[in-house]
Amino acid sequence: MTREQRLRRIVKPAVFAVCLGPLIWAAWLAASGGLGANPIEATIRHFGDWGLRFLLIALAVTPLREITGFSVLARFRRMIGLFAFFYVFLHFAAYVGLDQFFDWAAIWADIAKRTYITIGMAAFALLLPLAVTSTKGWIKRLGGKRWQALHRAVYAASVLGVIHYFLMIKAGYREATVYAFILAALLGWRLFDRWRKRAAKRAGSPLPA
Amino acid sequence: MLIRFARASDVKSSEITPKAVFEERRRFLRTAAVAGAGLAAGHFLPAPAEAALQGVTKGKFSTDEEPTSVMSVTSYNNFYEFGGDKTDPQRNSKNFKPKPWSVAVGGHCEKPGTYAYEDVIKGITLEERIYRLRCVEAWSMVIPWVGVPLADVLNRYGPTSQAKYVAFETVVRPEEMPGQRTRLLPWPYVEGLRMDEAMHPLSILAVGLYGEELLPQNGAPLRLMVPWKYGFKSIKSIVKITFTDTEPPTTWNQQGPVEYGFYANVNPTVDHPRWSQAKERRIGQFLRRDTLMFNGYAEEVAGLYAGMDLRKFY
Repeated sequence: MTREQRLRRIVKPAVFAVCLGPLIWAAWLAASGGLGANPIEATIRHFGDWGLRFLLIALAVTPLREITGFSVLARFRRMIGLFAFFYVFLHFAAYVGLDQFFDWAAIWADIAKRTYITIGMAAFALLLPLAVTSTKGWIKRLGGKRWQALHRAVYAASVLGVIHYFLMIKAGYREATVYAFILAALLGWRLFDRWRKRAAKRAGSPLPA
Repeated sequence: MLIRFARASDVKSSEITPKAVFEERRRFLRTAAVAGAGLAAGHFLPAPAEAALQGVTKGKFSTDEEPTSVMSVTSYNNFYEFGGDKTDPQRNSKNFKPKPWSVAVGGHCEKPGTYAYEDVIKGITLEERIYRLRCVEAWSMVIPWVGVPLADVLNRYGPTSQAKYVAFETVVRPEEMPGQRTRLLPWPYVEGLRMDEAMHPLSILAVGLYGEELLPQNGAPLRLMVPWKYGFKSIKSIVKITFTDTEPPTTWNQQGPVEYGFYANVNPTVDHPRWSQAKERRIGQFLRRDTLMFNGYAEEVAGLYAGMDLRKFY
């Protein structure tokens, strides 16, 4: 088996299976009664947590690739990004279908009035076109530059996601603070990288590999 | 002909679930819990042996709504002293010792002092009160409490005319309450009531639920229960009662003055700044239901707030 075959037939399916873990875990909890006394709340929180975590993992791919030099990591970026959207979508669907039971009037009132819902919905709305245009066909149709510009919306969506999390907390900000720091580091690295590359360009010297 | 309309909080004939039924349910749930624990690798913890309370009479004001399962009542709790998650209080309270217990009574009263738990409730008939509980987080339960009227307890200590308010304090035992080793909230947890609220016949000091002594996660051995206010007012594991002439500080009000007022009366028309209070989810049920003014106890307590702007005094 070539390296490429191994990647396609073994590694990618394995990563895919691992990414399904939170869904399988939720299904197991639901079947065993492990979601507790308020299963709707537990379901929404579970998928929201994992949506945010996968967003952070997706944002970590490029920095990790550049820092470690493992260029193969780039091959997993789309899959992880789509899993982030998948869990964010399940979070959204659980809110609409379980929590509000498709009471569109109440949902609309929530979006208009509740800042944390407004922000959460805005983040979801930003992620939706990214998921749709994640295919090779769309990259071609949009052109690399425009596609990349569009996909920078993930930075805004992640910031909104962390704010959304902060706004729903009553007390105990530890986990949310950890996410905020990770996100700040991931976005900060990008700013630093940009500055470094520009400086190198100006100096006329090629970057070290 | 006298036509009497039933009040929302009236006791109806269908209402009071016989103790035998409770016990049957509890037995069933416990069996289920043990079975579940085997199946689900410890998602359920079998209830520890509680002591059955003797001489409990049926009290007034009970609702006929279906009580929330004892499993939910004892596993889904906000008691930050044991941690911030709903399941933490059950999980982290194994080392909590509700006995021996004493309560320090002080302030504007004739008989200040430290009283043993047994003396606090001695001679007062234990009553079962099946109350709705509405959490500020927009979920609710129906709980068959066992307790004594708060007024009967407070009157023992002879509050003077200067006693306008009564302040309560939760025990501080970081070694038994892991949440208190964090800065989740400032400890001790403090709460308070206006004197007329405290003396209202709906206000009780609960010592049990479902006919048995309170478990640590529910505020053992002694907790407040004021059913027309959001749950956080009903302070748990009380060690101090002080009669004051000014409004005492309350923990959540200090945490977020804009979000949690001193009164914290259940009010579907005054939203929490971040979420709506118009509806609630009854634990164990799927669809949300409308939240009732004063949690359905308006007829009994609305008079306490006559002339007050409840948007201002939330």
